[in-house]
Parts: sequence; C-alpha cells; structure tokens
Amino acid sequence: MIVIVDYGMGNLRSVEKALDKAGGKVKVSNDPAEVRAAGSIVLPGVGAFGDAMERLKKRGLDAAIKEAVAAGKQFLGICLGLALLFEESDEHGVHAGLGLLPGRVELLPTHLKIPHIGWNRVAAQKDSRLFDGVPNGSYFYFVHSYEVVPRLDSDVLCRTEYGCEFVSGVERENIAAVQFHPEKSSSLGLRMLKNFIT
Amino acid sequence: MLSKRIIPCLDVRNGRVVKGIRFVDIRDAGDPVEMASAYDHEGADELVFLDITASHERRETVVELARRCAEELFIPFTIGGGMRDESDIRKVLKAGADKIAINSAALENPGVLGRCSKRFGAQCIVVAIDAKLVQKEPEKKWEAFVHGGRVATGRDAVQWAVEAVERGAGEILLTGMDTDGTRKGYDIDLTRAITAAVSVPVIASGGAGNLDHLVEVVKKANADAVLAASIFHYGTYSITQAKEHMAAAGIPMRLT
Repeated sequence: MIVIVDYGMGNLRSVEKALDKAGGKVKVSNDPAEVRAAGSIVLPGVGAFGDAMERLKKRGLDAAIKEAVAAGKQFLGICLGLALLFEESDEHGVHAGLGLLPGRVELLPTHLKIPHIGWNRVAAQKDSRLFDGVPNGSYFYFVHSYEVVPRLDSDVLCRTEYGCEFVSGVERENIAAVQFHPEKSSSLGLRMLKNFIT
Repeated sequence: MLSKRIIPCLDVRNGRVVKGIRFVDIRDAGDPVEMASAYDHEGADELVFLDITASHERRETVVELARRCAEELFIPFTIGGGMRDESDIRKVLKAGADKIAINSAALENPGVLGRCSKRFGAQCIVVAIDAKLVQKEPEKKWEAFVHGGRVATGRDAVQWAVEAVERGAGEILLTGMDTDGTRKGYDIDLTRAITAAVSVPVIASGGAGNLDHLVEVVKKANADAVLAASIFHYGTYSITQAKEHMAAAGIPMRLT
C-alpha cells in the first residue's frame, strides 16, 4: 500500500488519481500509524515550508516519516515534499526541515519570472529507475519559487535550467524527490510514478 | 528553458462541449473529459474550460466540471465561468482545478483578486481580459469589456492588466475582440502592449487561423502561451502539427 501523507497542504486528489492510474494501491492518510505501516510513502504538497513543518509535527507525521524511511520504505517527495527533506529553508524566515538529506532550501536565484511555472526540461545526472522509459531532457510541469541546494553532489538526481541551473530532483537509496509535478506531467509523469511503484 | 505552451480551449454548456468535434475515436465527442483526454494524449500543454451554462445554474455546473476533469486529466487545467467571489473560487479549486479564470467579477470587485491570491496562491489565479480597440491615433488604446464582450467598462485594458497583476493575478488570459473569430491572426499590437506592461505570463487568444499565427504572436508579441479553439476542434491542425511548426520556427516547445 502506498500512503500519501495528508497534512493539509494543497489538494492531494490529483496525486492520488495519478498514482491510481499508474497502477498503485493508494491511500491518503494523516495517521502516523498508517505512515509507519505503509509499503511506500508519497509526500506531496504546495504552500509554505514553515507551515508545512508545523503541520507535520503537530500530527506526529514528521517522526513517522523518518522512522519509515529509516526502516527502508520507498519514499517519493513532490514539490514541497522535496524541500521538506532538507535541513532548513529560507522561506519567510529560517525553518528546520526533516533533515533526511544534507542541504538547504533557497529562493531561486534567477533573473526570470518567479514563480517558475510551466513545462521545463529535466536532465538526469545519474542512473535511476525513476527515469526508465523517460528520454533524457524530457519536459515536466513545474510550479515553484524555491530551489533545493543539496550539500552532496551524489544526492543530485536531475537538474533543470531556468535562467540558472537548479536541482530538480534528488535520490539517495530509498529516498527520491522531485521539484516538478509528475501527476501533472502527462504520460511521462505517469511513467515516472509507475517506475516508483514497481 | 521553459517551453511556450499550446492551450486548447473548450466551451462547455450544461456539461457538454458545444463546438468542434473531431476526435473520431472517442466514444462521446460531446463529453468534455473525453475530449480533454484526447488533447492530453496529443500533447496539449494545458487546457482551459469555459463554462457557458446560463448564469443562474453555473455555480453548480462549474464545480461539477472541475471535479470530473480532475478525475481524468494529468495535465494542468483552468476553469472559467460564473465565479463571483472567494467562496465560488474555493469550491472550484477544491474540486481539483489547477487554476481558475475570472473576468467580470474581477473588474467589478477587484478586491477578490488580492484575497484569493493570498489564500490560494497567485499561480492559480488567471485574470481573463476581453479587449477592444477604442482609439487608433495618436496611439492605440484598448478598452476592457465584460459579460462575454457585451458590456464596456470604461477601463483601459493595459492599465487594468497592470492593476490585476498588482492585486495578485498570476497570469493574464488576453482575448483580442477585434481579431476573435476572424481566423486572421492574433491581435499583435494588443498582445505586445500587455506583455510589455506586466511581469506575469500572458496567454494570447482570439484569431488563430493557421500555424504561422501561433508563431507570430510568440515571436512578435512575446506571448508565453497560445490559446486556440476552432483550429484544433475542427481538425484543421493537430496539436502535434502545431508544436512541430512552432519548434521548427525556433520556439522552445514540449514535443512528445
């Protein structure tokens, strides 16, 4: 069972429908016990970093996610779910994150329009099952203003160019996360979700 | 690099697509969700649905439309039509729309933009502007119209676009009323005036008749996206053809 963590940040319906379409058995839950018991975990979300951490903590979901990841459960973060993996964020003051990967979250240092919204190319930096059947340089759908800055290059899964080059995905062992929205990225997005499930 | 976008627009009345039926292999060509899925498979980057149901019933039909689209669509979509206030907008976003488009309500009650942008995020608030040329000399001026282009507002379209963005619009959906339906191309001067004045993406609409028109409005007027209805619905061109044509002209496009 894939558990989509519901912590009140944004509409989870499209993520749920897309995982379902990709062939997964999905449950949306805000119960830490269900997160611990999950076969794999998806952490989506849109909104502010500080709010998100507060909500995760209030429900004990932060500890549940960390335990599940430590137990080797497959984890996929999407958008805010990518940012939350890191140690801290600059968004509206400094906030601590889950700290599962070393690094920070900062405002996109681009001269172009912020938020970065639309279809942009994703260049893989290492081999990953997530990219099975996905041509390198494919377009995915983005909506964000902040970027993650991992301390270790080895955690970088893919990069994207938007007036600056930023990290659009990370992967380490059972942890993976992407800045873009696979659930809104048409057939290649669904393919990526399918790759995550299998 | 961010790609430019092609956005088919579907008019929906009482849950049915009202014009343009060309997909031969779908079971129910009047079903907005089936038609939208066909466009998704063809490579459409986004979709816009305009609910044109009679206004007294539209509060319900527009939410149902958003809910049904969210079940089946895996690309971003915008819903427009009949939303008057924050509560209407919240219902449509909650039903699964990625963005909402408002026109008349925003002009009549601009405060709604700030409240919705703060609450839901600017990225999901699209302000639709229908603009008509009202002065040619010494410089061109356009006026914003509401209620399907029937009612003049006395507002300069460029100034209104600037105000809408200041208040929280994340995107402008700009329809040139003088070119709409002509199939002679988008209103280049109008689109250029708006893209030069605002910092958010501008979707050009109204007048596409061939694929060079799509290229022209991106290259000459700096549009971020092109919206079209009839050239796609009636099968004149496929989305794939349009994208390949634009890419061949040097425009970054998501080719699938």
